[in-house]
Amino acid sequence: MNNLGWVIGFSLGYLTLLFALAWWGERRAQRGRSLVSNPYVYALSLAVYCTAWTYYGSVGRAANNGIEFLTIYLGPTLTAPLWWIILRKAIRICRVQRITTLADFISARYGQSLRLSYLVTIVCVLGIVPYIALQLKAIGSSFEILTSSSLVAQSAGTWYQDSSFYITLVLGVFIIVFGSKPLDVTRNHEGMVVAVAFESIVKLVAFLVVGSVITFGLFRGFGDIFQQAQTQPALQRLFVMDEEVGFSRWFWMLMVSMFAFLLLPRQFQVAVLENRKESNLRKAIWLFPLYLLLINIFVLPIAFAGRLTFPLGNVDADTFVLTLPLWADREGLALLAYLGGFSAATSMIIVSTIALSRMISHNVLVPYLVGSKPLTQRLGNYFGRILIASRRVNIILLLLLAYLYHRFVASSYSLVSIGLISFAAVAQFAPALLGGMYWKGGTKQGATAGIVVGFLIWGFTLVLPTLVGSGLMAERLMEEGLWGISILRPYQFLGLQTMEPLAHGVFWSLFWNLGAYVAVSIFTMPSSKEQNQAEVFIEVFKYSEAYDISIGWKGRATVDEIRRLLEQFLGHARSQEILAAFAQTYQVDWNAQTVADARLVNYAERMLAESMGRASARVLLATTLKEEEITLEEVHNLLRESQHLVSVNQELRQKSEALREASEALQQANAELKMLDGRKDDFISTVTHEMRTPLTGIRAMSEILADNPDLEGEERDNFLHTIIGETERMNRLISQVLDLEKMDSGKMSLHKTRIQLNEVIREAVESFIQVIKEKEIALQVDLQGSLPPVVADRDRMTQVILNLLSNAVKFVEPGVGKIVITSYFIDGEIRVRVSDNGKGIAPEIQSLIFDKFYQVENQTVRKPIGSGLGLAICQRILLRHQGRIWVESTPGEGARFSFALPAEPIGRPANPTAL
Amino acid sequence: MSTKVLIVDDEPNILMSLEFLMKKGGYQVFIARDGSEAMEIIDREEPHIIVLDIMMPEVDGYEVCSYVKNHATLHTTKVIFLTAKSKDSDIEKGYALGADLYLTKPFSTRHLMDQVKKLDKVRKGEHL
Repeated sequence: MNNLGWVIGFSLGYLTLLFALAWWGERRAQRGRSLVSNPYVYALSLAVYCTAWTYYGSVGRAANNGIEFLTIYLGPTLTAPLWWIILRKAIRICRVQRITTLADFISARYGQSLRLSYLVTIVCVLGIVPYIALQLKAIGSSFEILTSSSLVAQSAGTWYQDSSFYITLVLGVFIIVFGSKPLDVTRNHEGMVVAVAFESIVKLVAFLVVGSVITFGLFRGFGDIFQQAQTQPALQRLFVMDEEVGFSRWFWMLMVSMFAFLLLPRQFQVAVLENRKESNLRKAIWLFPLYLLLINIFVLPIAFAGRLTFPLGNVDADTFVLTLPLWADREGLALLAYLGGFSAATSMIIVSTIALSRMISHNVLVPYLVGSKPLTQRLGNYFGRILIASRRVNIILLLLLAYLYHRFVASSYSLVSIGLISFAAVAQFAPALLGGMYWKGGTKQGATAGIVVGFLIWGFTLVLPTLVGSGLMAERLMEEGLWGISILRPYQFLGLQTMEPLAHGVFWSLFWNLGAYVAVSIFTMPSSKEQNQAEVFIEVFKYSEAYDISIGWKGRATVDEIRRLLEQFLGHARSQEILAAFAQTYQVDWNAQTVADARLVNYAERMLAESMGRASARVLLATTLKEEEITLEEVHNLLRESQHLVSVNQELRQKSEALREASEALQQANAELKMLDGRKDDFISTVTHEMRTPLTGIRAMSEILADNPDLEGEERDNFLHTIIGETERMNRLISQVLDLEKMDSGKMSLHKTRIQLNEVIREAVESFIQVIKEKEIALQVDLQGSLPPVVADRDRMTQVILNLLSNAVKFVEPGVGKIVITSYFIDGEIRVRVSDNGKGIAPEIQSLIFDKFYQVENQTVRKPIGSGLGLAICQRILLRHQGRIWVESTPGEGARFSFALPAEPIGRPANPTAL
Repeated sequence: MSTKVLIVDDEPNILMSLEFLMKKGGYQVFIARDGSEAMEIIDREEPHIIVLDIMMPEVDGYEVCSYVKNHATLHTTKVIFLTAKSKDSDIEKGYALGADLYLTKPFSTRHLMDQVKKLDKVRKGEHL
């Protein structure tokens, strides 16, 4: 069959679709509707972890080694809960420090070490190029299988006949077009992430569709496949773990895949650098493992199906996903399978080459270029163009390198073994990177030593054998060891013979790596810059706000110098923007400030770092500005200061909160005082008004008497008696005011004793007999016998009863007046009631009569004559006795005043002393 | 015909003193103890001068004053407020209602009588 046209058409069509998606993603982001901040897009982009290795290689691995393929997916799944701790911290550090690559991250932690940044870049390139080659191999062989008539991949002829060469070129162009963007935009690749997320959907759907068609179409479900496989002795062992090397291999594979998920440049790119929201991690923590589960469901069924269908073993197990549909003559399905594999491979290639090309230009090329001052000045405004061009060249170079590796080395190895070697390479960053995030003692020398040692052992134990295998090196080396020394045999390093090659290589490289990192770190002193960065990395959550001031920088620079630098490298518009943003953040006036302080220098450095990488920016500033080495003590002071600032800030916040609360309380108190003050005013005007009334009478009558010496005897006596009565009224008023004042200020002391209220009532009535007789009032006294005693101040109780009686006497008409006084016991209290048949009290006044404060100014109603302050005093006396007083009245029919006192509980001895 | 004076107050001592003074001054005196009683007398007797307290139960002095000033046949009747309310705002309100004089308690009996005599003359002059 000849599908060449179809396959090429679909491949190019698919790439065009990706390009359109990426373009659309960028446009959306520019209009502020970023898709990448969506947690689902973020989780899907993490699935760039699943490459052609997963897509084709898992089946191949399962067909030969059984369930071991799962380790690669179990590693990240097991560590997923830790992402919130580790990944979030890494994300925060990158955001604060404007880190653009993995190499930036490690070199920034160890004092912006340029050497470390070179080293990490080299390890990454050497470690990842084979991995890219693997993807090219997958695309190439799947392309061959689909377009040739045989199910077995043919070895390609010369390079110009090799389809993967052309695929490499097309991919290169494609990545250049949407992967390397203009200099002055942010470090994020919005379009790339959108495209990668889309590819994650494509490969998952394709794999699930192919898997279900094979399982349910070619076979009769999972049960059928597994039962058939059980009957074949060769397949039985695939159901269980290999007992001989299985456990150590599982352990080290899990270990390596855990590190790889974080440390592979492409993973670091999507998981950390392209992360927009830390909270997206929460969704990714369960969504990504779910994705891994789904993409692995059909691996074993396809593997068994392949082994059952091609029992001779002449079909490569890595191609089962493609060859099974072809064998069943389902070309459409085969094309879908091809597209799925294509998307898995391209997503990995795209992200990896972009991450690596950035690393090469930001961490190697640019630091070298800007390291020389004359060169920098000569490059001047061409800098941006040079940077972009270098990234493009890098991409092409990387792809060509991968192609060469694919062509000369990789073809003799399976997909999985190449992938694992890459995993083991990036795992070498684990001690320096993770240690750097949590251990302040790690030093530049330690990190360098660890990575170098680990990398060398990795190369010796894992890479060298592949070169031997492909005939590039002598076979003898494997058996006799390097230079004939037997402990230097790649698979039996230092005489360790019991481990299988991968576990062996990973173990030794990580062992020496970690050992060197820790040991050298302990025996070396970190520079001041390193200490500074260590503090800022490890305590990133503490410093993320006060970053610019927490970084030590000492030297002389002017604002103009910084401005020129920014303009040269970032262009006029962008530098204006940056300076304006800085001025706003720190409230700086550029007209007033000429000397650049540490904050500005650090800010500018971070902004430059966004487009050229951290290490480059550092070198650039170091060569253009006159910087002095900062002493250790100064670093400590700076850190203390910034820490102090943070805590002072917190303290200030707390204090201002407390102040706000206090001022609220004050306002409330003030309002209360104002009200009290107002009531005091009311009281005073009530009192003065009450005083004016008798005073008016006294004055008027005295004047009359003075002006009329010839006044008749009776008339004269009448005036004189009234004057005397009015002065008594004034006197009473004054004592009442004083009484009230005493009670309100709490100065009134009560002499409580156990008393019989009936006795008190009888005595009070006794003193009124004379008045009652004169006014011809009928008085009825109706007291309940055997009342329980009360504990009360006897004199005050007398005062209350006298007051109520005198009011009643005042308001009844002489001759027809009738007063009834009753006492009775009800509901545990003793009540006394004084009723009269006077004119009564209007309902609107009933509530006022016990109040000493009533609004004279705004109301024209007056309290009934003579009631004065007596009732207000009665009320206070009763309140002090836990009692109450009230009135019921129907105007025109009389009033009934009652008060109640709690009765003394039976059996409780009275306390005769003052309470 | 002698001038009719109505005294409105709820304080018996004031009523007693004013009644004495007015009678001695040769006026015909009427007495009311609250606002509604005052209105009855005003309708019935059409007094020429009214000495009016403000703070009284139910109908207050302000109401009585505006009742007089809006009365169809009493446009020459003079109203004198005699009250303990001494704030500027009270006084303004009194004059705004059309009062002819506002005196505060305690008051000088001679000054009150002089003012009553003066108002009576004005009233008569207008009348003539």
